[in-house]
Amino acid sequence: MIPKDYKSDMKPVWCPGCGDFGVVAAITRALSEMQLPRHQVALVSGIGCSSRLPAYTTVYGFHGVHGRALPVASGLKTARPDLTVIAMGGDGDGFSIGANHFVQACRRNLDLTYIVMDNEVYGMTKGQASPTTEADWTMSQLTPHGPGIEPFRPLEVALAAGANFIARAFAGDPAHLTRLIVEAVATPGFAFINVLSPCVTFRAEQKLWKERVHEGFGEPTADRGEAYRRLMQDDGFTLGALYKGNFQPHSPYAEAPVNIADMEARFRV
Amino acid sequence: MSALSVSVAMTGSGGAGVLTSGHILLKAAGAAGYFGHMRRTVGPQIRGGESAALLRLSAEEVLCPADETDVLVGFDWNNVGRFATELAVGPNSWVITDPSEGSVPDFLRESGARVIEIPMSQLAEAIPDGRVNMVGLGVVAEAIGLPLEPMRGILTKMLARKGPEAAQASFAALEAGAAAVRGLTELPKLPVAQPSAEERWNVSGNEMTALGAVKAGVRFVAAYPITPATDILEWLAPNLPKLGGQLIQAEDELASINMCLGASFGGVPSMTATSGPGLSLMMESLGLAVAAEIPVLVVDVQRGGPSTGLPTKSEQSDLNIAVHGHHGDAPLVVTAPLSVADCAFTAGWSLHLAESLQCPVLLLSEQVLGHSRVVVRRPRAFEGQAQRRLATAVDLAQSYQRYRITPDGISPMAVPGMAGGEHTLDGLEHNPHGDPSPKAEDHQAQTDKRWRKLADFDYGADWADVAGQGETAVITFGSTFGAAREALARTGGGFRHIGLRLLHPPQPAKMAAALAGVSRVLVVEQNHGGQLHKLLRAHHDLPGRVMSFCRPGPLPIRPREIEDWVAQEDQP
Repeated sequence: MIPKDYKSDMKPVWCPGCGDFGVVAAITRALSEMQLPRHQVALVSGIGCSSRLPAYTTVYGFHGVHGRALPVASGLKTARPDLTVIAMGGDGDGFSIGANHFVQACRRNLDLTYIVMDNEVYGMTKGQASPTTEADWTMSQLTPHGPGIEPFRPLEVALAAGANFIARAFAGDPAHLTRLIVEAVATPGFAFINVLSPCVTFRAEQKLWKERVHEGFGEPTADRGEAYRRLMQDDGFTLGALYKGNFQPHSPYAEAPVNIADMEARFRV
Repeated sequence: MSALSVSVAMTGSGGAGVLTSGHILLKAAGAAGYFGHMRRTVGPQIRGGESAALLRLSAEEVLCPADETDVLVGFDWNNVGRFATELAVGPNSWVITDPSEGSVPDFLRESGARVIEIPMSQLAEAIPDGRVNMVGLGVVAEAIGLPLEPMRGILTKMLARKGPEAAQASFAALEAGAAAVRGLTELPKLPVAQPSAEERWNVSGNEMTALGAVKAGVRFVAAYPITPATDILEWLAPNLPKLGGQLIQAEDELASINMCLGASFGGVPSMTATSGPGLSLMMESLGLAVAAEIPVLVVDVQRGGPSTGLPTKSEQSDLNIAVHGHHGDAPLVVTAPLSVADCAFTAGWSLHLAESLQCPVLLLSEQVLGHSRVVVRRPRAFEGQAQRRLATAVDLAQSYQRYRITPDGISPMAVPGMAGGEHTLDGLEHNPHGDPSPKAEDHQAQTDKRWRKLADFDYGADWADVAGQGETAVITFGSTFGAAREALARTGGGFRHIGLRLLHPPQPAKMAAALAGVSRVLVVEQNHGGQLHKLLRAHHDLPGRVMSFCRPGPLPIRPREIEDWVAQEDQP
């Protein structure tokens, strides 16, 4: 199947120039590259501009409530380990309202892929500061003096919390993102890709991200200390796979089958 | 003196072994051919708080606590005042006290109860490794005429790992306690148990909820620990994997419910269990389950609220949030078990409703059902497996519509793995294909469909348990069923009792039939606001004079109170 077979005919709600177009292109290319049957793939999202993505594909999708994509994906993957489950959403969805689930999903290390389209702003509600917005960004009427708090560092948090694969990509380079998605899906355990995905409407200056992004992580390391060192030297625009660990993914507990009648016998007086 | 049943209370500080003694007594009564009912009341402390085991042992099946405690044994009196009113001690009660624990608390003296002093700790100390709770058990057993032999058998099994000396010490302590009350013939005695070959079970409501759910097909559970629901999960955690299922301890209730929705989207019948605070956290996602038509069973073991409230104590005050707690027009099913044993049937039936109707079902259990243990006839289970209407080859062959408008409102569901059924499930209002749609006509059609599928469904005879006759009707839900049924038996079936199992959606035709010829209706419930009374008023033309008997937890509503209400013509 070619990438087009994974693309629905629904017209995205996104603004022209939105980085998320590049992400949907990369996802459909990656699915095609892996030749995954459409009915064996599920995309799970929360709420926000980027969370609209599942409906723009032809695989199974779940567009749930704000911040809860990872729990939905975790339940689905546990119940149906045969499926390829990819969770996705924005920086507000993943790092603010859903931040605890992000940390716990890294820890739980189910065999999932999580793609965050990070544009450092709440687009759907018209331009408020997000967890990844700079402390001195004053363009929102909700935080006229700037959010005043340090931005969330997704890769550092993922590393600390135990994600097994950690990468950063740029929506303007779908070919690179495609390779990362294929690698993320192939890596056992929880794989996290933070995608710098410009919001051209509320953060017009992000159009210049294409000039700021650069290579630099090199080959992914399995050494957490080394990964931290790389992050300490990172300017936030280094692309590539940072870390690829050897944590065993959490797998269901297998127990010898017992029939219910035997369980019931224990209640007998 | 012999009654149909004898009720026994044992109180003491946490760690005094009161609840263990209660469990042993219940088991021993079961082994001796008796039925039983044991509530527990404990403080919120992890260790060292007050606790009481409240038992009722009987030659007949009992569904509720008695009107009064016959025998109260105080291992000590620390903090007993915290649940003074729950002990139901009166002039007909006997209080057994250990003089070394100080004088009997004032509220007990003032009740008019007769006091017997037995130096239980002294008797225990005279026996190497003797324990005071074993002496107390001996006292109780002898006092009410329960043979010691079955208790010895239970202790032998329980203490097998500790060696024969431990069992011998317990036997000696039991005997010392029994000897101390032997010959006190005035104490209330159990009737003789009739030998029976029927199968009897010793179960808690939470165990039966878990069992009923897995029997009907639950194979995925995600939940966060919360009193008084946790032991549902603790039963499921080791047992679900043996049935090919999985349980996840989630990071919070927001995750619990969403994990369940994910698993159910994957086609696996799913359940979570929680209590009030956790239910409040789940409400948004339950709205998603309504909008996106995802089957899920949510068990709420109710406790006193609002907020942290009374975490270890019972109340029936989550009916409002269950029925009305969602934003938007959000029809869902709300059920309640009738008794400890009925938790098994109601859980299975509730899963059946969730799967059949592709919607969330909220099962309102209660602390007093979940945490009580009973010896009963084998509990009835829901027959068969919950069934979901899945998409057929025909549905999948042509442009599949997840939310197709059908006559009964239920649309065939495709789940991942079904080729041709690919769609995006959405909490946004949608058209029949599932594509987001802001159109007025799609919102009208989909909202109609979500109401219609619940309203038109045939809930069968299990919507309520109706008994008795006469012009007065008593309507209850949940644990108050037991008290009403006992009141009904005492009046020789002199009023009509409708114990609701289905609380929402309303069943106006069935209710009207059940109330035909009635001129007075009494709605009984354990909450402050008369939540059931108001819900019934909103949906039914209740005949004649309608009265509300409501009281917040944790005091159980007792049979005599219902009898009194029914007997008095002029209750306000």
